[in-house]
Amino acid sequence: MSNKSAHQPPRWADRFLEWYCRSEILEDLQGDLYEHFERNTISKGKRKAKQIYCLDVLKFFRPYTIRKFKIVNNITSFIMFKNYFKTSVRSIARNKLFSAINVIGLAVSMSIGLLMITFISEVTSFDRFHTDGDRVYRVNNKYQYQQEDPTNFATTSVAMDERIKENIPGIESQVLMTRGFGGDAKLGDKIIPISGLWASEGFTDVFSFEVLRGNPETMLSEPHSVVLTDETAEKIFGIADPMGQTFQLGEDIFTVTGVIRNPPFNSHFTFGALGSYITFMNKNGVGEKGERWKNAWNNMWMNYVYVKLEPNTRVEDVNQKLLALGETESEKYEHITITASLQPLYGIMAGPDLSNNIGNSIGGEIIWILGALTLVVLLSAGFNYTNLSIARSLRRSKEVGVRKVVGATKGQIFNQFITEATIISLISVVFAYLLFMLIKPQFLGLDPSIQRSLQLNITPILFLYFFGFAILVGILAGFFPALFLSKLQAVQALKNAGSTKLFSKVNMRKVLIVIQFTLSMAFIISASIAYTQFKYALGFDLGFKTENVLNVRLEGNDWQKVQTAFSSIPEITQISKSSMITSTGSTYAADMKYGGDSTELFYNDIDENYLELMGHELIAGVNFDKKTPDTDETEIILNEAALKRFNLGTPYEAIGKQVEVDNKDVTIIGVVKDFHYNKIEEGIESFGFRSNNQGFYNVNLKISSTDLPATMNKLENAWNELDPVHEFDSKFYNEQIQSAYSQYQIMGTIVGFLAVLTVSIAALGLLGMAVYTAETRMKEISIRKVLGATEGSLISLLTRGFMWLLLISAALAIPLTYLFFEQKILNDIENRASIGVLELFTGVIIIFGIGILTIGSQVRKAARANPAQTLRSE
Amino acid sequence: MKGTNLGEFEEVVLLTIAALLTEAYSVAICDEIERITDRKVKLGVVHSVLNRLEEKGFVNSQLGEATKVRGGRRKRYFEVTHAGKATLQKVKSQRDELWKLIPEFNLKMI
Repeated sequence: MSNKSAHQPPRWADRFLEWYCRSEILEDLQGDLYEHFERNTISKGKRKAKQIYCLDVLKFFRPYTIRKFKIVNNITSFIMFKNYFKTSVRSIARNKLFSAINVIGLAVSMSIGLLMITFISEVTSFDRFHTDGDRVYRVNNKYQYQQEDPTNFATTSVAMDERIKENIPGIESQVLMTRGFGGDAKLGDKIIPISGLWASEGFTDVFSFEVLRGNPETMLSEPHSVVLTDETAEKIFGIADPMGQTFQLGEDIFTVTGVIRNPPFNSHFTFGALGSYITFMNKNGVGEKGERWKNAWNNMWMNYVYVKLEPNTRVEDVNQKLLALGETESEKYEHITITASLQPLYGIMAGPDLSNNIGNSIGGEIIWILGALTLVVLLSAGFNYTNLSIARSLRRSKEVGVRKVVGATKGQIFNQFITEATIISLISVVFAYLLFMLIKPQFLGLDPSIQRSLQLNITPILFLYFFGFAILVGILAGFFPALFLSKLQAVQALKNAGSTKLFSKVNMRKVLIVIQFTLSMAFIISASIAYTQFKYALGFDLGFKTENVLNVRLEGNDWQKVQTAFSSIPEITQISKSSMITSTGSTYAADMKYGGDSTELFYNDIDENYLELMGHELIAGVNFDKKTPDTDETEIILNEAALKRFNLGTPYEAIGKQVEVDNKDVTIIGVVKDFHYNKIEEGIESFGFRSNNQGFYNVNLKISSTDLPATMNKLENAWNELDPVHEFDSKFYNEQIQSAYSQYQIMGTIVGFLAVLTVSIAALGLLGMAVYTAETRMKEISIRKVLGATEGSLISLLTRGFMWLLLISAALAIPLTYLFFEQKILNDIENRASIGVLELFTGVIIIFGIGILTIGSQVRKAARANPAQTLRSE
Repeated sequence: MKGTNLGEFEEVVLLTIAALLTEAYSVAICDEIERITDRKVKLGVVHSVLNRLEEKGFVNSQLGEATKVRGGRRKRYFEVTHAGKATLQKVKSQRDELWKLIPEFNLKMI
């Protein structure tokens, strides 16, 4: 057998020939080719003969051999399409339950699909308004401390800008920007806070923000020039012409040299004003210290460099030069390696999550995850359609048989069923659109950061995508049933109609059901694990007390005044200040040295009241004294981990030892008990409380109040009197911690929502299958009943099959989800809730409950039916 | 109907069909031309020429009996039609006329 088939020419070539060749000449042409093939097999070997055969088939594709695709054919197929449409609509209308199950399932899952389409098309449309934006790249730094894992930053150094100009050819224009421009703009007695970036002259060359006034070439070239957005200009100057006007910002007077239209929504960064970079440079880049700052390769936390390459410059070349540059520059530093690479402008919004990002970005990872989840939900609904259609095909096999006898070809049957599926999915997409409009605001409201960076506007082109999406879903969902039905033999279909022999595809149906339920269970289990982790993080003992602590942003106000204002409120029992809020995900770090060893020291600048207010436990030594702003930093309080890191001995031994922090010698005066200064996923490393006494940004208030709203009111009034410009920006510590862990909450919400969807879709599918089984086995049930089977035994007979499938799904879902979370997601997390039996089995129990309910209701109906009636109808 | 001109290769094919009598099907024609003229002949070329000759009405074709070779597919046998024969005759007489006009010495091989 195999010997014979080995002498066959390639099957695809044969098929191709049969497809294109006119029937009149096909037979002898193919015969000729076969004869040649046989001859070649003997003279040149099998492989060569096959090659020649394929080539010949292709060569014979000529005008005179090609079958005429006549217009008449098209008209017939159009007429046939009308017929498919009509029969499809009739069949949909006849089987209301099945159609409803399919439409509901598809509509629900497609609404998520529409959301995804909108989401992805919006994210990828970011920054497209820049002319030649495909040539614009951002220089991203990669920072590696010794051999630790490198971190990627969106920022780079001021020195990088200079080095690129000197060393890297092929760059048309570049711009250097630094965060931190802004403050309170004073015009007469009007004070308007503005914020933006310091930007060098190249800004208008690299980017194409719309310049409304001023000369784009020169507006950022003079010191003390400022370019405002139209919005900011209006805030400061009202309707007056802002050009050439001046206002005070800090100690400097700035002149308005241009107006730019407010950055559009789909720009990855925004600004209210741009200060000319030379102003910033003149202030910071002079003197010995300034030179050091300018040339420091590791001064890379605030600056962004964007370049526009020349049209024929290759990105790889520039990247290679950047890498080489980074390696040589990093040699000057002992412990760190900083290299850089280019990131395309169009890829920033959907790109990887980077530290110190200039604006909001949706991580590429999130897009993939959401996309995959959407696909899963869609698959589930698609499986429903496939399953139910194949189940129903038993009934429709007769129809197919008749059609075939009358002369329908395989292709026509196939088209008919695909048409039917497509009609269902087109109906579904209409409902899906309505659902989509409902879930859109919910999705946007999940997290403030989503709302800031996404709008999910519906553009006309999207409707086209939606339509295409519906067609695609229809074709994919209908593919298997259509294939299955079109393959039926007419004789068999008519003779054996109703026999289960046609069901060679039964196993596939079972597999699909198992996949569906495995996914549903996995979703439920994931949601409950995420929720548990969220609860765990919130209830975690951080090592200090955050209850009733209100953190207020100082907004650059004089600390003395703030303290006086707040002290007069009796509900405030304690006041302290700090540079940052620990345990909410951000950290400050400094370089710490002791005895030839060095490490990264995380720190917080605090005053003398902070430790007591937050309930930190001093296990040795003393607290800071009261300091004035101009005292030098001479003391430090470390945590236990820092002592262990440097072998400083017991807490008591460590007191009085000298360490170096940020090149300053400081004495250890106290040791605090270890606490979680970062999020609890991270471990505890060296941490210190410093008393730098500059750069306080927060006021911490301990409140003891019985009427919180009234107290808040008082606080706000006190603030408004003190600082009418800035809003009273206060948050309770516990709320801040909660929002730091919002990722779990968001993940739980999304996955939970999807779980509900997949479960309902799967349950609908199960319902359909149960109805179908009950109907087709009605007679069998009746006969069993007549012979004396009890209702209970009938129910167990009919339910057993499904229960097995559910059991298999559970057996797959539990270990897979468990392993996935253990290995992939929770693996890197230092402190985490363990995955308990409860989390793992809730999903299974819920699914079983739903399964028993859906199947049971149908089976019970069947088992209770009067056998006399069902049997009589024969 | 297309022009009744006979190209060089068409003439060869037509003559071969006539020479092969009842055994004239594409592969045999191919082989015969290869044997006589000693040049490589592609099946595709012969095929298209046969198609053209049939369009011009110089040959007729019909399917033969099924055989075991060729995957059971029938052969298409060709025969020269009356018009084909007439054209061949005409071509031959034209050539002969020309031959007669040539003095003998002119064709002596040097």
